Amino acid sequence: MTLERDDVAKIAHLARLAVSEAELDALRGELSGILDLVEQMEALDTAGIAPMAHPLEMHQRLRPDVVTEENRREQYQAVAPLVERGLYLVPRVIE
Amino acid sequence: MSALHQKSLRELAAGLAAREFSSVELAEHFLQRIRAFDHDLNCLITVCDKEALRQAGLADERIQKGEGGPLTGIPLIHKDIFCTRGVKTSCGSFMLDNFVSPYDATVVERLAGAGMVMLGKANMDEFAMGSSNETSHYGPVKNPWDTERVPGGSSGGSAAAVAARLAPAATGTDTGGSIRQPAALCGITGLKPTYGRVSRWGMIAFASSLDQAGPMARSAEDCALLLAAMAGFDEKDSTSANRPVDDYAAALEASVKGVRIGMVKEFFEEGLDAGMAAAMDEAMAALKKLGAELVEVSLPHSKYSVPAYYVVAPAECSSNLARFDGVRFGHRCKEPKDLEDLYKRSRSEGFGAEVKRRIMIGTYALSAGYYDAYYLKAQQVRQVIADDFREAFRRVDLLLGPASPETAFRLGEKSSDPVAMYLSDIYTIAVNLAGLPALSMPAPLVEGLPAGLQLIGNYFEEGRLLNVAHQLQRTTDWHLQTPGGYA
Repeated sequence: MTLERDDVAKIAHLARLAVSEAELDALRGELSGILDLVEQMEALDTAGIAPMAHPLEMHQRLRPDVVTEENRREQYQAVAPLVERGLYLVPRVIE
Repeated sequence: MSALHQKSLRELAAGLAAREFSSVELAEHFLQRIRAFDHDLNCLITVCDKEALRQAGLADERIQKGEGGPLTGIPLIHKDIFCTRGVKTSCGSFMLDNFVSPYDATVVERLAGAGMVMLGKANMDEFAMGSSNETSHYGPVKNPWDTERVPGGSSGGSAAAVAARLAPAATGTDTGGSIRQPAALCGITGLKPTYGRVSRWGMIAFASSLDQAGPMARSAEDCALLLAAMAGFDEKDSTSANRPVDDYAAALEASVKGVRIGMVKEFFEEGLDAGMAAAMDEAMAALKKLGAELVEVSLPHSKYSVPAYYVVAPAECSSNLARFDGVRFGHRCKEPKDLEDLYKRSRSEGFGAEVKRRIMIGTYALSAGYYDAYYLKAQQVRQVIADDFREAFRRVDLLLGPASPETAFRLGEKSSDPVAMYLSDIYTIAVNLAGLPALSMPAPLVEGLPAGLQLIGNYFEEGRLLNVAHQLQRTTDWHLQTPGGYA
């Protein structure tokens, strides 16, 4: 699989990564090489095989619907880049 | 009397109980070794001198009151992927260079509860993505056997620190070989437990259906003691296995006579270094001498494990690492002009090249129109690989092969070729896809460098793995070899 520069730019946008024009070319080669490796899977016929999402057969546990976590907002926000009065600050979204 | 840094965990516990030395003296001894050697090796991102001595003081009090357990007062190093309250938890990334965790991972909490003393946090490949420790934001770790060579990865700092006797034990994590491959390259013993055996809570997620934490130490016996404290159900981890933990220490003593061990044919074919093959032969001969039966078995689809892994792991990574957005914690770019700019620049500045490649591969594999061809296909291949193992375990108790196709490679040798780097995990990845337990232990040296013998067990048979490894270590001395200058 050979990706084009536009493909790489599109993937970068979907992944919310800023990629410079210069990086696009290098990434195009590297990602295409990785996809070549990945596509070796195609040699294996997997028709009718159930996909395996998880190593162990287990069901999602349910717990009683009671409060188990205390409010630790101050502690968690102590490591945030920018907070004000208990709120996370981001650039203006709605004008 | 052997030096403190050459003692096994059992010997250390006995020495502490007999007051031959205190936990504070033990911590000081290893901190002194870290000061002396780590400038060259770069095993540690953070050294916790004061906190270690405080914890050691508390351990000494516990021992004095007769309340100590088998690990109380013994120092260890945690891989920097485990959250440690009040201590920087970087995951080897600039993204988390400023992150001080507000809580402890379950593994950290359990080992602290057992009385272990944290000396510091180990260097690692960024977000555990790498096989050489060269993707760390904090620079590569050097292999103590030859400082021109890599220690393997991603738990490279943990492996090199244990090999250089900077700590008697360390924690690691293994998503595609990240405990076993560095253990092999540094000549130590490292165990990846069954998926779900050890809690993932507070362990920074890379690929959630593959990630598993485990012990890294110098012997199987040491690993058994550590695993006993680490393993067990944790309601905070939604995929934690709710079943009792075996008595690993008791399991060590069983005879190996009659144990059926399958030599994985595909792991001895082209691509395996000749010296490595000879080391494996010697290890297998020693197992036969103990009475084990060796038979050849096949994992016919193992060649598809690396391709399938490089869909599953990046897909899960792209999803897990979406949380790094410059808003709640971690790196945030300067003066973002809008929300998209905040996300894009924070992530691009925060992540290194390999992490970005994997996020992009995963994003591509999960994007509209490609899901069936990549992710669904990889999950089907994963099923076929797990079936291979199920079939093999109908015939044998354990599987055996090398942990890595070659001994430690040179720094820089593979760092510009992602695919070449990925193939250094060719013998370890299938185990993660299936979710099985496996360990790497030292085989005879190959041209002066460590070689890792890998043993793979059936689900939740860590006890059997540790038993066979321990019996082999009782009659051989490969695991006692110390890199020159660190004895």
